[in-house]
Amino acid sequence: MEWKEILVRYGELSTKGRNRHAFTGRLRDNIRYAFADLPKFKIITERDRMFIRPNEQETMDELIKRLPNIFGIQSFSPVASCSLELEDIQQTAIKIVESLDRTDKTFKVTVKRSYKPFEMETNELQQFVASHVLRKFPDIKVQMKKPDINLHVEVRKDAVYMMAEVIPGAGGLPIGSNGKSLLMLSGGIDSPVAGYQMLRRGVRLDAIHFYSPPFTSERSKEKVMDLAEKLSRFGASVKLHVIPFTAIQQEIQKQIPDNVSMTTTRRMMLKIADLVREETEAMAIITGESLGQVASQTLESLTAINAVTNTPVLRPLISMDKQDIIQIAQDIDTYEVSIRPYEDCCTIFTPASPKTKPKLDKVEYYESFKSFDEMIEQAVSEREIMMFPIKKKDKFSEFL
Amino acid sequence: MYYFDHSATTKPHKEVLDTFVKVNEDFFANPASLHELGVDAHTLLSRARKQVADMLATEETKVIFTSGGTESNHFAIHGLAKKMQGRGKHIITSSIEHPSVIESMKQLELQGFEVDFLPVDENGLTSVEDVTNRLRKDTILVSIMHVNNELGSIQPIEQLASVIHKTSRALFHVDAVQSFGKYPVSFQKLDADVLTLSGHKFNGLKGTGIVAWKNHVSFEPTIVGGGQEFGMRSGTVSVASAVSFSKAMRLAYENQPTMLKKYQEWNKRLRESLCEIEGIKLLSPDSAAAHILTISARRLKGEVLVNALQAKNIIVTTSSACSSKQTKISHVIKAIGVPDDYQKGVIRISLGTSNDDQQINYFIEQFTKIMKQVKGE
Repeated sequence: MEWKEILVRYGELSTKGRNRHAFTGRLRDNIRYAFADLPKFKIITERDRMFIRPNEQETMDELIKRLPNIFGIQSFSPVASCSLELEDIQQTAIKIVESLDRTDKTFKVTVKRSYKPFEMETNELQQFVASHVLRKFPDIKVQMKKPDINLHVEVRKDAVYMMAEVIPGAGGLPIGSNGKSLLMLSGGIDSPVAGYQMLRRGVRLDAIHFYSPPFTSERSKEKVMDLAEKLSRFGASVKLHVIPFTAIQQEIQKQIPDNVSMTTTRRMMLKIADLVREETEAMAIITGESLGQVASQTLESLTAINAVTNTPVLRPLISMDKQDIIQIAQDIDTYEVSIRPYEDCCTIFTPASPKTKPKLDKVEYYESFKSFDEMIEQAVSEREIMMFPIKKKDKFSEFL
Repeated sequence: MYYFDHSATTKPHKEVLDTFVKVNEDFFANPASLHELGVDAHTLLSRARKQVADMLATEETKVIFTSGGTESNHFAIHGLAKKMQGRGKHIITSSIEHPSVIESMKQLELQGFEVDFLPVDENGLTSVEDVTNRLRKDTILVSIMHVNNELGSIQPIEQLASVIHKTSRALFHVDAVQSFGKYPVSFQKLDADVLTLSGHKFNGLKGTGIVAWKNHVSFEPTIVGGGQEFGMRSGTVSVASAVSFSKAMRLAYENQPTMLKKYQEWNKRLRESLCEIEGIKLLSPDSAAAHILTISARRLKGEVLVNALQAKNIIVTTSSACSSKQTKISHVIKAIGVPDDYQKGVIRISLGTSNDDQQINYFIEQFTKIMKQVKGE
C-alpha cells in the first residue's frame, strides 16, 4: 500500500486548554528528534491533530513502525491519496480495505467533502464507495454505529484522502512537557521502570548512578550505561552522571554502626543526587522504591532517608507489586539488562540485618561525628557524565 | 617546490586543517561545560583521546594534549622528576637529545638533581651497557629519544627498556617526536613508560602534541588551575587542536608501513648517489632512520649549500631547525666526532609524505651539479 501521509491524534493533549500549543510544539520537536536519522519530512500541526508527510515510502514505513514508541500520541493512521477521478477513488478504497484484516469485521464509509465543486454529493459518494467495496469483499458487514473498519474519504481540492486503520500510540505526554527530573538508576529491575513511567508522563530524564570501584566492576557500570541507553530510546536523550562513591561508602562503614549504615548510605546518595539535581536544574528526584520491598523501602526507612531534602522525591512504583514491575521491565526491554549478575554499590558492605525501622534522630546522631559534606562535594565534582543515546558514529567520526 | 625539510616541520594535510576549522565552528563549546554543547565537545575530545590512546596501546585516561613536542618533553621530565624526587634525584639522558630535553635537564640540575648526559658513539647511538652501568638505586628517570632529529640514528629503545625495567625502578621516557609515522611507535612496541609526540612532524598542526603514559606513572603538573586534562595541564582544552592531532596521527599511523618502504628506497638511492660525490661525507649512520639523511661537504658552509639548493627550489636545512640559526656547531655533530673539515658543511635531507620518486631524482641531479659548481669544475 502506498501511503501519502500519517494523521496523528493527540492523547490527553487536547484537554490542555491554552497550554496546548506548547504541548503540540513539544510533540513535533520530539518526533523530529526521534526520527532525525530519517530523510527530512514535513509536519503540519493543527489544533487537534497533526499530519506527517514524508517524501519517500521507506520513510513512511519506518515512521509507522516507530511512532508507537512516541509519548503523547493517542493513535495514528496512515493516509492514502488519489486523484479526483471516480475510478481512482474506487481503486484506492479497495486497496486500503484489502490491506486490513477483514474476517468478521463490520464496515462503514465516512465522507467529508470540503471541495464543493466535486461531481458527487456527500451521500452519493458514500454509497458509491461503499457499494464498490462491498461488491469486492462480500464477507464484511455494514454497521453504522462503532464499525470495526471506518473508511474515511475526504475530498479536497488537490486530491482525495483516504484512511481506515487506527494504530494505537503510546499515550502519555510528550517528553519534556513536564520538565526534567533526576532518576536514581541502580542497575536493578525497578529503577529503569520508574524512569520509564515518568518519561511517559512527559518528564525528561537525567540519571545518577553510584559507582564504587574497585568493589563494583566496570561491568556494573556498563550495565547502567546500557539501561540509560534503553531509556533514551523513548524519544529523549538521557544524561547519566556516574558518582565515584567508594570513599564515602568506606567512611560510612568506619563511622556508622552496621545496622543503620544502609540508611546512612541512602541518605548520602540522596544528598548527592540533590546536589546534582540542583546543578543540572532538574526539578525532582525519581526513585524505583516500592513500599516494603526491602529494608530501605519501609515507611520508616523512607522517612529517615527522605529527611535530607525538601526536593520532591517521585516514587512511581511505590504501590506496585514486583511481578507487575517485572512485566513492564520486560515490555520496555530493560529486564534482560537488569538481571545481569554484577554487584552494584548497594550490595557491597550490606550489613547482615539492617534496621527496617531506623530512627531518624539516632541516624542523625551517628552521622554527626563526621562531616560528609566535603566528600560529597568532591564526589559530585569528580562525577563522570555520559550522554545517551551515544551520538551516532557519523557525527564525530568525520573529524577523527 | 621540492621540500626536504620534513623533520623541521610538515605541511598540514588538508583533512587535518579542515577538521580544525570545522571543529572550531561546530564544537567551539568548552568541553568542561555541562550543557549539551559542552557535552558534545567533551565527547568529541574523549573520542580523539581514545583514538590516540588506542594507537599507542594505552588507556584514554593516560593521554593529555599539549602544545607540542617541547611542552610534552618539559612536562614529562619535570613532572616525573618532581613527583618522584622523594625516591631519588638521579636522572640519565643522552647528549644528543632535543634541546627541550637537554634544557629541562639543565633546569633540574640547578634544582639539585643529578643528571648524567651519556655520550654516544660515532653512529650517534647510546650504549645499552653504558645505561646499565649508570643505573643506580636512586635513578628515577631515563630519557632517551627514539630517532635523533639531526642524524636519524635509531636508539635501541627496546633493549634499553628491558634493562631499565629489569634492573631499576626508574621510569623510561622516550621522545618519539621524530619517529612517529615513520616507524612503529607504541607502548607495546617500545615498552617505554612515557611517550611524547608532536603533531606538526606528521602533517598535523603546529601547537599540537601529546604526552602518553601507561600503568602506574604519575606526574606533578606545572600548569595548575581548573584541573583540565586530569589535572595534569589546566586551561581550557583546545578541542579542535586535539581532534586535528588525532586525525593527523591516524593518517600517519595508517600510512606508516607504506611510507617506510618508500623512505627506505629513496634513502638508498640518495646514499648511493651522494657518496660518490667527492668531498661529501654521509654523517647519518647506515642504521639510521630512512627519512633522515644528514651529510656534510668538506670545507664548505652548510648555509652555502642551503642557499644554492634553494635557488633550484629545493628546501633543505643545516642540521636541525632548532639550532640552524645559531652559528655554533650543533651538540649532536660534536657528540659523534665529525672531522674538523666537515663540521661546518652539514645539511640535513629529511623525507616526508610530500616527496615522490621524481623529486628524489631531481634532488640528486641538482645536488650533483651544485657540488661541481662550488668546486669550480
